[in-house]
Amino acid sequence: MNSLVLRNMMRFLASLLLVASVFLLWRGHNEPGGGFAGGLMAASAFVLHALALGPAGARRALRVPPLFLIATGLGTALLAALIGVIAGDPILTGHWVTLDTPGAERLKVGTPLLFDTGVYLVVVGVVLNIILPLMEDE
Amino acid sequence: MALSVFALCGFAMALAAPFLPIWRFRAGGWLAASVPAASFAYFLTLVPRIGDGEVVTASWNWIPTLDIAFALRVDGLALLMALLVSGTGALVVLYSGAYLQGKPGLGRFMAYLFGFMGSMLGLVLAGDLITLFVFWELTSITSFLLISFETEKAEARKAATQALLVTGGGGLALLGGFALIGIEAGTYDIAEITAGGGVLAESSRYLPILVLVLAGAFTKSAQFPFHFWLPGAMAAPTPVSAYLHSATMVKAGVYLLARLHPALGDTTEWTVVLTAFGSVTMVLGAFIAVHQTDLKLILAYSTVAALGLLVLLLGIGTDLAVKAAMVFLLAHALYKGALFLAAGSIDHGTGTREIGALGGLARAMPITSAALAVGAISLAGFGPVLAFIGKEALIEAALHFDRAGEAAVLVAVVAGGALFAVAAGMMGRLLIGAERAPHRPHESPWEMLAGPVLLSVLSVVFALAPVLIAGDLVAPAAAAVAGEQVKVNLALWHGVNTALLLSLLSLAIAGGVLWGARRLRPVSARIADAAGPLRPGDLYYTSLLNLNRVARQQTRLLQHGYLRLYLAVTLATAVALVFTAITARGGVDLDNSYGDVAFYEATIAGVIIAGAGLAIRANDRLTAVAALGAVGFGVALVYAFFGAPDLALTQFLIETLTVLLFVLVFYRLPRLSDVSSVGTRVRDAALSIAAGALMTVLVLASITQTSDHTLTAYFAETSKPVAFGRNVVNVILVDFRSLDTLGEIIVLAVAALGVVAMLKLRREDSP
Repeated sequence: MNSLVLRNMMRFLASLLLVASVFLLWRGHNEPGGGFAGGLMAASAFVLHALALGPAGARRALRVPPLFLIATGLGTALLAALIGVIAGDPILTGHWVTLDTPGAERLKVGTPLLFDTGVYLVVVGVVLNIILPLMEDE
Repeated sequence: MALSVFALCGFAMALAAPFLPIWRFRAGGWLAASVPAASFAYFLTLVPRIGDGEVVTASWNWIPTLDIAFALRVDGLALLMALLVSGTGALVVLYSGAYLQGKPGLGRFMAYLFGFMGSMLGLVLAGDLITLFVFWELTSITSFLLISFETEKAEARKAATQALLVTGGGGLALLGGFALIGIEAGTYDIAEITAGGGVLAESSRYLPILVLVLAGAFTKSAQFPFHFWLPGAMAAPTPVSAYLHSATMVKAGVYLLARLHPALGDTTEWTVVLTAFGSVTMVLGAFIAVHQTDLKLILAYSTVAALGLLVLLLGIGTDLAVKAAMVFLLAHALYKGALFLAAGSIDHGTGTREIGALGGLARAMPITSAALAVGAISLAGFGPVLAFIGKEALIEAALHFDRAGEAAVLVAVVAGGALFAVAAGMMGRLLIGAERAPHRPHESPWEMLAGPVLLSVLSVVFALAPVLIAGDLVAPAAAAVAGEQVKVNLALWHGVNTALLLSLLSLAIAGGVLWGARRLRPVSARIADAAGPLRPGDLYYTSLLNLNRVARQQTRLLQHGYLRLYLAVTLATAVALVFTAITARGGVDLDNSYGDVAFYEATIAGVIIAGAGLAIRANDRLTAVAALGAVGFGVALVYAFFGAPDLALTQFLIETLTVLLFVLVFYRLPRLSDVSSVGTRVRDAALSIAAGALMTVLVLASITQTSDHTLTAYFAETSKPVAFGRNVVNVILVDFRSLDTLGEIIVLAVAALGVVAMLKLRREDSP
């Protein structure tokens, strides 16, 4: 697809989508969002990139192969699952640490967020692993 | 602590072995052998304690909710087996280092060997049925890897698959049996189960338990009709044969029977089945061995016979029989290990294992020959060897067997005679006469002689001084099998008694067999031919071929590759099942007062309906895809308006990507007009209307149903205080039900791999 407008808008839009996807992942525990939606949005950012500059460009922007993302995502989710086991609890038990932030609310970070990050990575990897080869086939 | 370290160190070695730089050096084998030797030394230190009736245990919680523990437990029986496994393990590792010196893949071989050793030690030391089962399966897998070690040989691959299928199938049955035992006994703890006495034997599930456990044990221990995998497994390198088929893997089944004897044994079913299968296996193995010419096959079939003997003894199950079984277990491990290792040494030194091509090796290979001679004397069961004591004990036990003593004696005498003939034939051909070999025979290096010599020497020493093993080793083992104290007095010479006279009778039979073997060969060949397709080995192959054929046919029928037909079948099935379910329940209640319809609701519904209509009418795919996109976004809007923002968000993103995906795969699909004749359109329309109507009814019915809101309330209440999240949907996904999510992302990953594979396949098909 060769569109001047798309190519110029792409950088801006793709970055925006990526930031939004991380935002979705982060706030997922309290507001609509989460790893699945965030991952889909991040994948859309790269697909947009691929539409504007071709799949090879998108692969360069991604830096690692999609399969690597899938593996890392599964590994991250598994790690989050096993942290509880190390602490002596059944698998997938949530563990939390409270961080003191300058703001009013104290920030709670826990293994569910790590788990959701794994979901995010797997979703990005799976979508790109299917769409990019299809685009390259044309 | 020490117990678990010495029991499981094999696995550490298995993981490290491929990366150790020691295999290029001759001393590599010595170093590696020191690990099992250390285990052996540790178990040796346990002998006095276990002899005093003590039990050493180690246990960790594994799945506490199911009352399953990772437990190790050393009693007399476990200790005897652990000593055999670690002791022969050390000798076999030492032997392998020299046997495969300089061969590529020695590191890999050692990894398999140590993995097998660890599994086998775990199996015999397990104190929990599930722990035992895990190690049981591990021995099947590691022995598969060992048998198929020379992967380039088709024969080795075939033999390995056969061993895996037979023992793996038995393993499945065994798991079922263990589960039933767990249900009936209320525990998986082996000590509790065996201490429970007749609880299992009197339970209503006794017969299924017995059948399943025997299926596992008989396949593992190569009992008729599963005996055929063992000779096949001779494709493995010789040290493997020695290890798998003398001391360890094939004894696993016998070990299991001995282990569970106090819980399952001494019933009519147990006695009849075990004595019958054991006898058939023993006689069959011995007589097939007579006709073999490959040294390793001779040993393999004589092993089958020995395993039959052990099963027969456990079937008889009296104190005398249990004592005989334990003595013979030890004796057989010693002499069969020595024989296999000596056979490997002969193969190594002469270049062949064909007994017809060899002769007069006593001069060129004196040490190997000596070990072989002691082994053969043991096989024959005559002379100052432990196997002789074992054989006398067997006949003694058979004489005192009150159900079918005469038959048992007959079996023992006849099979003993055949085995004597095998041993005599082997010795006569290999050791005596003029030297014959494909190339000039030479003696093997000391690493390969240490094993056979040591094992043979022990065979003789234990026979001359049975007091060394009687009280500390055999008696505790027999006590564990019998479930009560067993008096063990062993002696080489009992004076002239019935057992000795019967032994002499089997000597006469041996003479007859030797005299008749050559004359009878055509007859036995004809019998084998006539049995042809009914022989278990052939039955295995034909059933395997047929299984593959059925699999291919049903795949061709069900996996035709037409997506639209898959969809049609799925929808039709769903419609039929749901419709049946609804009519079976006598219909559904529909409430037709739905309140006012807001303007925006009507608009969204209109968009969805219009989109669907357009998609149906569309003649080109782009229109159809765009119209379906409109439907999807309409549904997403419904989610958004009715309080499911998460779902709406995801639906929007999915819809966007789906439209994109459609566009990308467009030109690969056949043209619409090509697939849709009037007939198919009518069929699809009918199916769609039925599915849509049914779905509508279901949705409407769900409003009137009162559903259980316990979970909803629970999640809503606990989400914030327990899981620290206000978004209940997300908390369910990543915390409350994260195991589901973990499964789902794994499915996603696998699906992505499948897509890549399909695309690659396509590209290779049409370059």
